[in-house]
Amino acid sequence: MPDARTLAGQPVMFRGGGFAPRPVGPLGPAVFIVVIGLWELGSQSGWIAPLILPAPSEAFAALAYLFETGEIWRHLEASVSRLVVGWSAGMALGVAIGFAIGLFSIARSGLVPVVAALFPIPKIALLPLFIVWFGIGEGSKIATILFGTLFPTVIATYGGVDNVDRSLIRMGQSFGLSWWSIVRKIVLPGALPAILSGTRISASIAIILLVAAEMIGAEYGIGAYVLLAGNLAATDQLIAGVAMLSVLGLTVSWLIGRAERYFLRWRS
Amino acid sequence: MDLHIEGLNHRYGDMPVLDGIDLRIESGRIVCLIGPSGCGKSTLLRLIGGLEQPTDGVIGQIGEPPDGCLNPLTYIFQDFALLPWRTARGNISLVLEDHDLSERETGRIVDDVLARTDLSDFGNAFPRQLSGGMKQRVAIARALAVNPAVLLMDEPLSALDGQTRALLMDDLIGLWTREPFTAVYVTHNLQEAVRLGHKIVVLSRRPGRIRDQVTIDMPLENRPDAVSELADIQSHLWELLREEAQAADRELADA
Repeated sequence: MPDARTLAGQPVMFRGGGFAPRPVGPLGPAVFIVVIGLWELGSQSGWIAPLILPAPSEAFAALAYLFETGEIWRHLEASVSRLVVGWSAGMALGVAIGFAIGLFSIARSGLVPVVAALFPIPKIALLPLFIVWFGIGEGSKIATILFGTLFPTVIATYGGVDNVDRSLIRMGQSFGLSWWSIVRKIVLPGALPAILSGTRISASIAIILLVAAEMIGAEYGIGAYVLLAGNLAATDQLIAGVAMLSVLGLTVSWLIGRAERYFLRWRS
Repeated sequence: MDLHIEGLNHRYGDMPVLDGIDLRIESGRIVCLIGPSGCGKSTLLRLIGGLEQPTDGVIGQIGEPPDGCLNPLTYIFQDFALLPWRTARGNISLVLEDHDLSERETGRIVDDVLARTDLSDFGNAFPRQLSGGMKQRVAIARALAVNPAVLLMDEPLSALDGQTRALLMDDLIGLWTREPFTAVYVTHNLQEAVRLGHKIVVLSRRPGRIRDQVTIDMPLENRPDAVSELADIQSHLWELLREEAQAADRELADA
């Protein structure tokens, strides 16, 4: 007697699926642990020379020493305050200019070429000039971060304003909404997704410029700490400083993620 | 309030879109505009509501809008035009916020129009949570909130599936029979036109001219029982439109 399988004929071959990567729970932390573990093992066994790359445990000890002396708070306070001031000023100015370009013909034709000309300049090349203009202290560091974050924000903002659904604006006009209401209640929320994703780019630019700016004429700050460690060939401290930068970057991107979730909760 | 259109011409650059339109829109009646695609019926609607300026001719309001009217000429759009970042309530209150209304008054109007469109349970839903039919109901509620003198509807049911369209058609008829409103209803669906229109204006292909105006005196609530009579009118309209539609279709293919 033939079984059910032959009665049903040839099974249809499955050829769907795939192309949908999903996060696998503990794999991320596991990779960290394995890499750091191998690195520690290599250092302990003498396979990695301490001068080339210190053992993770040594870098960790340098970090612990920073906590013990309280030095870490001075460095972090200096760096974070520069980052916050420079970045928020750059964002505020960038959003304002981006809206002007997005809304007014004169601003668009006058400013877009300027933005296009200044955007590709690595702002770190202007640091000596900023030192002449704003002094070797906080001014030049903040100006570097400000100018670095300004242009990507301008471009993200006016791109966002351009992409606001025109039918929504026409709807606002058809109900007699004031110009200011349309900008505030239709254009701004419509441009917000683009502005927030521009924030991610400007935040990482801000951190890069922060470290570079702190390598000139700064007593405190993560950049100054890393530079000093490098000059003294104290690679354990250097790694500790780099780890602090990584944590700083992760914290900023986590904060932006929170902001996105809050402001864009109307999206699916 | 009546609307009066006289000698209306409109062109985009060198291309004439509308040519010599004379039309009267009477208070409490629904005027349906039908015509082949690209004949300028949506353009005419935008001109009537002041979203575009005519090249030539006048569009006049005769008489005063009703008391408590916040926005005499109010649109209902094909694509709903709801703000995705606002709930149904928020979308309705949006059009009230620029007027000097107390919070209580705003709340009262929003509750009232939500109830009239059967949306009372959906006030706090975001547009993405609503089906197409519900979205258009929110847009209708928003239009009713400003107590308009004339509703300008640009193919309001075209983005919906057939069943939802039938449901919303019943809703519109229910709203009108309870409280007659004035409307200009643009559609390419002849069935909708004969079901809803007191006057049906047939436009020719581009440049749009008025080919004919058909008046249907039958009350809206009697129309479901007069299927054969309406079918006659519908086939008459189709006779008028057929050649135009064919020519317009070919025009597009050539371009």
